[in-house]
Amino acid sequence: MAEIQNFTMNFGPQHPAAHGVLRLVLEMDGEVIQKADPHIGLLHRATEKLAESKPFNQSIGYMDRLDYVSMMCNEHGYVLAIEKLLGVEVPERAQYIRVMFDEVTRILNHLMWLGAHGLDIGAMTIFLYCFREREDLMDLYEAVSGTRMHATYYRPGGVYRDLPETMPKYQESKFRSKKDLARLNAAREGSVLDFIEAFTDKFPGCVDEYETLLTDNRIWKQRTVNIAVVSPERAMQLGFSGPMLRGSGVEWDLRKKQPYEVYDRLDFDIPVGVNGDCYDRYLVRVEEMRQSNRIIQQCVQWLRENPGPVMVDDYKVTPPSRVEMKDDMESLIHHFKLFTEGYCVPAGEAYAAIEHPKGEFAVYLISDGANKPYRMKIRAPGFAHLSAMAEMVEGHMLADVVAVIGTQDIVFGEVDR
Amino acid sequence: MSDRYEKLAARIDERFGEQMKRVSSTCGELTYELAKGDLIEIATALRNEADFGFEMLMDVCGVDYLHFGMDEWNTSDASGTGFSRGVEMMPVILDESDEFDARRFAVVYHLLSLQHNFRLRLRVFTGTENPPIVRSVVDIWNSANWFEREAFDLFGILFEGHPDLRRILTDYGFIGHPFRKDFPLIGNVEVIYDADKGRVAYQPVSIEPRTLVPRVIRDDNRYSADLKDRTDG
Repeated sequence: MAEIQNFTMNFGPQHPAAHGVLRLVLEMDGEVIQKADPHIGLLHRATEKLAESKPFNQSIGYMDRLDYVSMMCNEHGYVLAIEKLLGVEVPERAQYIRVMFDEVTRILNHLMWLGAHGLDIGAMTIFLYCFREREDLMDLYEAVSGTRMHATYYRPGGVYRDLPETMPKYQESKFRSKKDLARLNAAREGSVLDFIEAFTDKFPGCVDEYETLLTDNRIWKQRTVNIAVVSPERAMQLGFSGPMLRGSGVEWDLRKKQPYEVYDRLDFDIPVGVNGDCYDRYLVRVEEMRQSNRIIQQCVQWLRENPGPVMVDDYKVTPPSRVEMKDDMESLIHHFKLFTEGYCVPAGEAYAAIEHPKGEFAVYLISDGANKPYRMKIRAPGFAHLSAMAEMVEGHMLADVVAVIGTQDIVFGEVDR
Repeated sequence: MSDRYEKLAARIDERFGEQMKRVSSTCGELTYELAKGDLIEIATALRNEADFGFEMLMDVCGVDYLHFGMDEWNTSDASGTGFSRGVEMMPVILDESDEFDARRFAVVYHLLSLQHNFRLRLRVFTGTENPPIVRSVVDIWNSANWFEREAFDLFGILFEGHPDLRRILTDYGFIGHPFRKDFPLIGNVEVIYDADKGRVAYQPVSIEPRTLVPRVIRDDNRYSADLKDRTDG
């Protein structure tokens, strides 16, 4: 009988289930994986080095492009690190707006994850359902920042502007009937806060819909239960964070344990898994969407009742208003200095970590007192998760690789930076 | 700095004494510097001893201190010349010396203790050796694996005892360590499609280096320690 040898197979980088540009070199024994070697870096843009060559504020836009499905959370980590070094105290209203948009972003991210994960392992409908709700949240991004994805909304010292009083509406066109138009614009008659509130009222029902499709679905369970089990000890040893750590049963959430902004004033629960398999991580993320919805509701309530500034009025860090600039010499000078040279950040180092939808996202900044960071290091959760890929897929079938890529919620913008 | 962290600092001082040197911080974070010979011993103790219990290594990060504290524009005196955009002010000085400055390369570790809810930062300078080298902590925290590969790829820091020290982020066949301060931002080579050869090829970069905003360091009295706490402005 002929001797059977292990087979080396290349997966990606151009594979629809590789979530971007993952290249995996798999050593197979039949259909069982013996060894996996992920090759990353195909999307490496040297964000950290670019940031070192620019004034602090000019790098906020780069943060959006790291994890490009949870844009504002990336900005949050970056501006927190700058604020920590500057010693700036952010106005309360800005903190609530940030928390609200962090949670909107979490839902955005988890919807994208759920849709893509479902699609990867054979569920088509869920993808369409998820994108239906994502559309509303994208519009929300657009209403406050002018863009649907790369918002650049958070700034050191607060947020770029207060929530607008009107919501953009769908326009009449020959492709849209009057009835459709009325239905689409029904929730958009009031302010942005009204629109968010309407969304939070209907969203738990939407999550129920996703769950009817998947939670008790036999095929879904066959593809996820007992796949890629990670024990809590291994999860800690491998540097997991976020839903990956909680799915293994470790109760750890920075929003609770090391609260930043106003998370200590909000009421929400931390879902924790039991078995540490793909199915538990799915349940954790779905429950997180419900909890995020609760947080958003509380923020909307608070923001309605408490108007106020959304940016510190320290003109050494934040620009003065356009109106002031017209007839105040000092404001004009401040504006000129800020937009030509930027502000100098006192020498020191700071590590600002936030509970990103994918895990612990942190920015480590070293400043030597200049108007540009001396060194910036982005701690991306996906990088640590992907490094455990080899261990998670070992001994599983080839088809399960796709389930593991999905459950890790890999996005290459942040892994490769 | 909160009381909890002061207590942790006291415990660390008591346990390690002179081996760990505390670095002052402006934003309430605990940072220690240690000699690279002590790294493995201290890291093992920090992970295993119940007093510390740092069971997670969140981040490993290389730092190149070559240009630390240097600026491109004199801000203390007046000058007759201005800054012109589109030029590179700070020339890239290739450091090809046999030995590095002892405080040029550092590896920074960010530890997290879930049981005690503490964070801790360790900094190890690699010393004068060329190439810079430190011991790997992969056996203590497995998460260090890719982080150390990244520091090797971007800074050329070697990790002794690492099971698989390959490049990770840069292209196959890349030359140099791009995050070193003496590596130009525009890089050394660019990729083109060579029609004659009928394949993709490399050539030296054709773009000019540009600096849009010069790097300046201003002594700002608002951040000076003796003025900061005064209430009379």
